[in-house]
Amino acid sequence: MAGLEVESVEAMAPSFDKVVVAEVVSIEKHPSADRLNVCQVDVGFGDKSLQVVCGAPNVAVGVKVPCALVGAHLPGIDIKRSTLRGVESFGMLCSAKELGLNESADGLLLLPNDAPNGMNFRDFYALDDKIFTLKLTPNRADCLGLFGIAREVSAITAADLKLPVIRPAECAIDSILNVQIDNPEACPLYCGRVVQGISLDVVTPLWLVQRLERGGIRSVNAVVDILNYVMLEMGQPMHAFDLAKINNSHPGKIYVRYAEKGERLELLNGINLELEPDMLTIADENAPLALAGIMGGIPSGVQQETTDLFLESAFFSPEVINGKSFRLGFSSDSAHRFERGVNFAATRDALERATELILKICGGKAGPITEAKHALPQRQTVKVRASRVNRLLGIEIDGELISAIFKRLKFDFVVDGDVFCVTPPPYRFDLAIEEDFIEEVARIYGYDHIPTSLPRPEMSMLPEPEVIDISSMRLKDILINRDYREVINYAFVEANWETDFANNSSPVVLKNPISSQMEVMRSSLIGGLIANLQFNLNRKQNRVRIFEVGCCFTKNEGNYQQIENIAGLCYGDAVPEQWGIDSRNIDFFDVKMDLESLFLPESVIFEKSLHPALHPGKSAQIYKDNKVAGWLGELHPRLQRKYDLPKAPILFELRLSALSSRILPKIKKLSKFPPVRRDIAIVVSSDISAHSLLESMNAEKNAIVSEIYLFDLYSGKGMEPGKKSLAFRILLQDAEKTLVDKEVDEAITKLINVLESKYNAKLRS
Amino acid sequence: MDDLENLVNEAIALLSDVENVAQLEQIKVRFLGKEGELTKLLKGLGSLPQKDRPLRGNLINQAKKTVEDALDRRRKYLEEQRLQSQLEEEALDVTLPGRGLAIGGLHPVSRVLTRIESLFRSIGFSVASGPEIETDFYNFTALNIPENHPARAMHDTFYVDNGYLLRTHTSPVQIRYMKAHRPPLKVIAPGRVYRCDSDVTHTPMFHQVEGLWVDEEVSFSALKGILKDFMQNFFEREELSIRFRPSFFPFTEPSAEMDISCVMCGGKGCRVCSNTGWLEVLGCGMVHPNVLKHGGIDHEKYTGLAFGLGVERLAMLRYGVNDLRLFFENDLRFLEQFN
Repeated sequence: MAGLEVESVEAMAPSFDKVVVAEVVSIEKHPSADRLNVCQVDVGFGDKSLQVVCGAPNVAVGVKVPCALVGAHLPGIDIKRSTLRGVESFGMLCSAKELGLNESADGLLLLPNDAPNGMNFRDFYALDDKIFTLKLTPNRADCLGLFGIAREVSAITAADLKLPVIRPAECAIDSILNVQIDNPEACPLYCGRVVQGISLDVVTPLWLVQRLERGGIRSVNAVVDILNYVMLEMGQPMHAFDLAKINNSHPGKIYVRYAEKGERLELLNGINLELEPDMLTIADENAPLALAGIMGGIPSGVQQETTDLFLESAFFSPEVINGKSFRLGFSSDSAHRFERGVNFAATRDALERATELILKICGGKAGPITEAKHALPQRQTVKVRASRVNRLLGIEIDGELISAIFKRLKFDFVVDGDVFCVTPPPYRFDLAIEEDFIEEVARIYGYDHIPTSLPRPEMSMLPEPEVIDISSMRLKDILINRDYREVINYAFVEANWETDFANNSSPVVLKNPISSQMEVMRSSLIGGLIANLQFNLNRKQNRVRIFEVGCCFTKNEGNYQQIENIAGLCYGDAVPEQWGIDSRNIDFFDVKMDLESLFLPESVIFEKSLHPALHPGKSAQIYKDNKVAGWLGELHPRLQRKYDLPKAPILFELRLSALSSRILPKIKKLSKFPPVRRDIAIVVSSDISAHSLLESMNAEKNAIVSEIYLFDLYSGKGMEPGKKSLAFRILLQDAEKTLVDKEVDEAITKLINVLESKYNAKLRS
Repeated sequence: MDDLENLVNEAIALLSDVENVAQLEQIKVRFLGKEGELTKLLKGLGSLPQKDRPLRGNLINQAKKTVEDALDRRRKYLEEQRLQSQLEEEALDVTLPGRGLAIGGLHPVSRVLTRIESLFRSIGFSVASGPEIETDFYNFTALNIPENHPARAMHDTFYVDNGYLLRTHTSPVQIRYMKAHRPPLKVIAPGRVYRCDSDVTHTPMFHQVEGLWVDEEVSFSALKGILKDFMQNFFEREELSIRFRPSFFPFTEPSAEMDISCVMCGGKGCRVCSNTGWLEVLGCGMVHPNVLKHGGIDHEKYTGLAFGLGVERLAMLRYGVNDLRLFFENDLRFLEQFN
């Protein structure tokens, strides 16, 4: 609860008991089973051995293995005294799998020869350890080592911090390599040391291997293991070179320098890297040996036959390491730490600690440390005001408490009244401004101790425009009330959709798409809706009415245009299959009404036009205020086939901006006088649009004509070919008086004249 | 006198058997018509002595009235009968389904967004938006995430072109809003965001709501207060507990992650909360001075709080959705559950 999140706590091994270290003393073939052996094992009962029947292939005289005694409870099995084909067995020799330590095993778990017979196996293998997995935020690199975590726990809990004392190793030889730092700002501190006469024939001690493994690091060889171990302890990444592979004329020299163009380095992970001039290297006189702070090279790496080492412990500036892993496409424990910042006050100590372990485990003799030191990162003193702490956190604590917290965090500081002048410690790279220290105070004080408070309300209302629909909620409501469901699709789509549905051959392309189905940004919502239709048809949904509101993207001379569209798709029956209504497939005009409803009270113009995705005879462009607002139509039969749709859906797509504002109602006077209704039916040529007839009548009508609408349309049987009949209903009204027949007749005649003269219409009797 | 009484009795008796209006009319004619029996008796009054006439007349009129009343009653009765049978004939099977179009529904993510917006509007927050193809500057640099910062790698960014990317969070709207308005600022910014990550618990596109409040006395304590208030109202649970844990975001200092007690198990521990009793729901903190600077705001005079909510996460908890991918498959069988 103070910033170090414990992600999990796991036991090392399942619970089991009565398992001890056993040494196989003798083996005899089982008299009646080929695969079984009768073993006498020493489990520490003095000279009394135990008889155990064992079927493992790798059992041999002299090996040490875990042995479950009679009465032991193992995961999934209880050990009893038993008789196997006539031979008594008093226990079981175990594999790692039988103890629940591993998923699989080839045979018995072989233990080191120095394992004491009869010792409780749990103690010997430290199986009662628990693994704490911490989730660290990137600012807390100081906790990428046990010492750092100990410091943090001490600060949080106020427990005393006791770090181990690190003693300088004894210098028994005087071999050195000099260090020349060409770029001090990239590497202000470099400590190196020669160790000679080591042997890598030694096996890394079990405790060390186990601790590494439990820390997530595989054992490689004793030297590498030790360096990794010290890194886990102290957070300092280190590197060991095989001294014999470093090309050095006498006296030898190591360079810290940027790579030169054309230089190459084969890294320990097998990558043969062409170095770039912004990559810092550790080099000998001839060539780079290692990518500084990131990874060593194979040619100078420590191998089984290595006897002489050059050890490195350095501080590389975060700025030099930052971004390199990302660019190279791999990371390392070392890069992970250096790019976040490593304690530059412990560089030398870490080298001493590693030397101590190497001498102890691998033998050899150490030379003196050569240290090249330049200006270390500046630790600026930061002014922290107690008043600001309280203001920002909304608490009231006094300077004494703040002092106590800073002390627990081991910060250097002086107090002057309200102001604390604090210097961040060398292992913290996240403390540069006042707020950073305020967070430290809050953390240790405890976020939970900061009270919750509700601010005083500000009693002014927010503007609430009535004619502007910011969230498009009104439009969504209209469509929902007309039986549409909202969908949300990914904004990245297949490039095909863009060509098919928007005729867009140069869409906005993603540089790193997650898959080829999501590689370009949509300029139309239609592709997603068609995919939704297919998805649902595959799940036996045969009536689909969906809409989406979302951003569409285009690129225009280097500028990205992002406009919001609203689009819909209707497929299948006009109304759900039900009793009392004949089923009928949805058509253009059903959806047209949905669109007209969106625009109400304003009316829009539908004009026949071509759209790449739509049936050329069944599509219209929609105009509002002489500007294109969108389009409506039936999917083009070609696309219907391509997308394997049994029927053609009706589609629309509108610019949200065309719908975002509407007119504030201004009420007209209601007439007290009854309206007069007249119907006229005319016959015109089939190619004349209904809209043009209405438009002409509305333009020429007398003032008493209050409304004209089409109420019937007929063509086909009984009509002359190429002709159609339309019937209009005309409502007439005067707000001030009752209409007389003469006025009505005049008004109707005028409308008929318009139709006759402009469209050659014939009145239908 | 008996003849009159007999006549009335006879009429009543006949009427009680009448089953339709035609029969009723016949009886009316027989007794009360111009030639009807009672009419005849009235007409026959003239043949009586003068002194007897009033009494007799009265009696006949009474008899006539009785018959008329009986007729009326029967007529009403017959009408009622007829109405009853009409109603019976017209009765519907009211259990048949209603006819015509039903209604659709809002996507659960929109539904939650609407809810979040109205809760924050109720305490005076405006709603703002920003572009989804964003510049590197607004998405990172202005939010105190300089180039090569390890936090950039954590963002799994989709890149579009030099300097342009798909915004990885709604936080850039903070900067845009600060630049366009003077404090005090109180705003939320809902929207789609993109991260190059796709598995069981991540979709490459999802929704966030950013919140920002900049004023002279905005504190961490108020941040805790507002977010607690929000969570309790969002889930409509007064007993909901919250906790804040220190965290790291480059654009806030101090930074925190907020947990709520698990809304599935009430904090007892379940699969949804991985048996911790807590759910991580959002990141927040006090706006970093560098961010205020980028927004052109005096960071000494003003302080700010900011938070970012994951909308899908809240929708999953609110509606018990157990698979994130359901939100973007648009399976009608899923969507139809949100009416």
